[in-house]
Formats: sequence, C-alpha cells, structure tokens
Amino acid sequence: MTYFPAVLLFALFASTVFGITQRETPRGMIRYGIYCFVLFVGSAIVLSWVMFFIAR
Amino acid sequence: MATEENKNGAPGSGPQSDAKAPSQPAAQQGFIYLPLIAGWLVPGAGHFLLGKWVRGSLLAASALGMFVTGLAMQGKLYTSVHDILDILCMAGDLGNGLLYFFSRVAGWGAEQVQTTVGDWGARFIVVAGLLNVIAAVDAHNLRTGRKS
Repeated sequence: MTYFPAVLLFALFASTVFGITQRETPRGMIRYGIYCFVLFVGSAIVLSWVMFFIAR
Repeated sequence: MATEENKNGAPGSGPQSDAKAPSQPAAQQGFIYLPLIAGWLVPGAGHFLLGKWVRGSLLAASALGMFVTGLAMQGKLYTSVHDILDILCMAGDLGNGLLYFFSRVAGWGAEQVQTTVGDWGARFIVVAGLLNVIAAVDAHNLRTGRKS
C-alpha cells in the first residue's frame, strides 16, 4: 500500500466516527463527516507539498 | 419546572397525570454503563444495545476496518512497554477491547515494525482503539440523555 491510499482510508474511517459522534442530526453528521474528510486529505496534500519544497 | 413537578405528581396534578407520564424505553433501563462497556469491548455494540443500528454499524465498520487494515499492513500490537510513547500506544491499542485481546491470543500483528508500511499499520491499530473509545463514550452519552 502506498501513502495516498493509506491517507484516504484513514480519513474515511476517522471522519465517519467523527461525523457520527460529534453531531446530533443525520444531516449534520454527513456534513461534518465530509468536512473532516476534506480537511484530513487536504492537509495531507498541503503538508506533502510543503515537505517537498523544504527537501529541495 | 412546573411541567416536571406535574409529571412527578405535584399537588394539584391528580392521579391522571401519573398515568400519562411517559414510561422509560427499554433501552434506557438497566445498568447505566452497559453501553459504554459493551461499546468498548465490541465495536458498535453500545449503539446496538440502544437500538441505533445504522450508527452502530457504521461505527463498527470504521473501527473494525481501521484495525484490520492495520493488521494487514503488518502493524505491531503493543504487548510490552519500554517508554512513555509505548505506554500511550498500548493505551490506544487497549481501546480496541476484545479485538486486541483476541488478536494477541491469535498471534496476529508483527512482533516488530520493520517497514514503513508496518509503522503506518501500528498507527492504524492505535487510532482504531481511540476511535472505538470515542464511539463507546458516544453510546454512553446517548444512554444518559446528553445526546439524542
């Protein structure tokens, strides 16, 4: 398994739990779950590019 | 307050009020910490006990999926501790409940982390335990009425 699929799986599982446990309505759970997923994956991509430029 | 007093048979409420008071659902009776303990031991079980089948299924799938993915990545199960970081990781592993103990008995998981993917796998297993604890606490909050 490479890094990016691992990030996607991690983000999927974690954001599912966060969404269900941190909000009360089904609509709120879905919205917060998607929000967490985007933040997980987005921050991983941004930090990866930051490390890429630092390493150059 | 007045409504609560009337439900409890305050002066002037009469016997009819007691008859109309809502009875506790079956899921809200019994040992108050049962959903918390069941949710820790078996992922999703706390929500299943409270009749939250969809939430319980999704939480169980997430915790189990993370744990199994970690094992498939040759992640390490922490069995002995040598420093503070090991203690924290083992606490996370213990959050998996029966999954952790069963996996130890079955001899699953790597003895030592030898590859980068194995290191990610060990983190997956630790985080699976932490997510399971969050889910168990959520079941407890549903049981106590802090969350609907």
